[in-house]
Amino acid sequence: MKTLKNRGLILLALLAGCLFNIQLFGIAPDDSLVVRWKDINVFYEDNEKCLICHGEAYYTLSDTVAGVSQIRNMFQDYFVNREDYYDGVHKSFSCTDCHSSDFISFPHDVASRLEPRYTCIDCHGYDENYAHLNFEEIEVEYSNSTHAKVENFSCWKCHDPHSYKLIASEVTDVGELVLYDNNMCLSCHANFTEFRLLTDREEINVVSKHEWLPNQVLHFESVRCIECHTQISDSILVAHMVLPKDKAVKNCTECHSTDSRLMSTLYKFESREKRQNGFFNSIILNRSYVIGASRNMYLGYISFLIFFGVLTVIGIHVFFRVIKAKRK
Amino acid sequence: MSKGLYLYPKWIRFWHITNAVLFLILIVTGISLQFSGLDEPFVLVSFKSAVSWHNTAAFILVLNYVLFIIGNQVTGNIKHYRSNSTTYIQDLIRQANYYRRDMFRGEPHPFPVTEESKFNPLQRFSYLLAMYAGMPLLIISGILLFYPGMLPREIFGVSGLLIIDLVHDATGFLLSIFMVIHIYTCTLGSKPTTLFKSMVDGYHHDDH
Ligand code: HEM
Repeated sequence: MKTLKNRGLILLALLAGCLFNIQLFGIAPDDSLVVRWKDINVFYEDNEKCLICHGEAYYTLSDTVAGVSQIRNMFQDYFVNREDYYDGVHKSFSCTDCHSSDFISFPHDVASRLEPRYTCIDCHGYDENYAHLNFEEIEVEYSNSTHAKVENFSCWKCHDPHSYKLIASEVTDVGELVLYDNNMCLSCHANFTEFRLLTDREEINVVSKHEWLPNQVLHFESVRCIECHTQISDSILVAHMVLPKDKAVKNCTECHSTDSRLMSTLYKFESREKRQNGFFNSIILNRSYVIGASRNMYLGYISFLIFFGVLTVIGIHVFFRVIKAKRK
Repeated sequence: MSKGLYLYPKWIRFWHITNAVLFLILIVTGISLQFSGLDEPFVLVSFKSAVSWHNTAAFILVLNYVLFIIGNQVTGNIKHYRSNSTTYIQDLIRQANYYRRDMFRGEPHPFPVTEESKFNPLQRFSYLLAMYAGMPLLIISGILLFYPGMLPREIFGVSGLLIIDLVHDATGFLLSIFMVIHIYTCTLGSKPTTLFKSMVDGYHHDDH
């Protein structure tokens, strides 16, 4: 009887152990992901030396001399999400490609922490592999933008090199592009906790500021903030000269007309073919319909024809009525 | 001259003048929206004011249309829109022939106005089409465009907004053409102004 009871307890313990294991398994990255990441990046194991802390929400700070250790939160700005990293443009990089190898010592020494950081232009500028993206012009535009006036602002505020993805040139669904890009702006402009780290300005309520815009939700889903808040650029794909708020586009016809601004901004990539099936700016039709911009040329001609046809018939009728009246 | 038949009671005259004024506003602002970015004569109103004028006028137009539908039903005016003629098509052709040929020969109106039937076959047909097919289509598509969030993003791979907008533009255009023809045929009374006078005082002044 006793042995049976013991067996029961053992079974229960095994079951609990299994459950516990399953739970642990859920927290750690999926094995298949790790295999994929190792495939993507030959420095995976090296990177883990950093990500063991920087890839987690918590890390352990230990004083080996005093034998004390504490669990601390990882500051958000220093956190790198593995999944995003191995999905981003810099996925094949080793951490020490950009950061000093001195960071390997912990606690990190001040000299390496104060080391100047790279910006986009340091790697991508003046390189013919990236000539089509014209980083030099992006740099000029950025330096003239309102963002450049903000202390501690840098390319990284919008383009985190640890997760950045090429969207504008690769995405086929414009909605996805709009969402990705607008989230970039909203991560500060609709998040006061982030926003106040960079400026003393008062909190902005993006929704009430744009109250004047009819069908606000549809606009926010269909176009990017930068459509109206940047100066159009001919030489780069995505305009970077963010303008002060009073210079933002407020005139509806900038977009709602046949020479729509959207063709040199949001639809720049596809805008090469301008007119298809008689629709002005037909490419917009793949996703949306912009009153005033997506007018159909042929329907326009047909309506003019019908209208003037009717007027002509009326004119002829009037003519015969006048003749008849004169004969009387 | 006797005052003649009383064909257009006050409520019809009120509905009609309101409808006509709103139509003119909607046409001017509608064209300004459609051809935004072009100059006059297409764009008489700036895009922003065109949007608010178009929306406001449309809102009143809908209320006015409800008045028309209820009024027509309650007062029995709807009988003029219905026909139990067994020769509907032939009647239409006869009326068209009158406008095309017979009126120039001095022949009398083929369908004289009576209290039971104030419209000729062409009027009856075009008013029925405009008021009970054109207007509902125009109003429904207009409401959908006013709440674009309700529309499916895509219908068979084409933007839902595009389809509804085409329906709205097309019905708006056809009703405007109806209005042009309508105004012209209203000059075909015994004198060019007779029918307009009827719409002002309610009485039929013609001798047919
Ligand atoms: C400036 C514009 C307009 C003018 C000058 C005008 C003129 C007239 C006149 C003189 C009549 C009376 C003769 C008749 O019964 O045929 C009439 C009736 C009528 N009109 Fe108009 N009209 C205008 C716009 C419109 C519009 C936009 C619509 C509809 C979309 C419309 C629908 C009708 C209808 C349904 C009747 C018959 C009403 C009834 O007695 O039940 N009109 N109009």
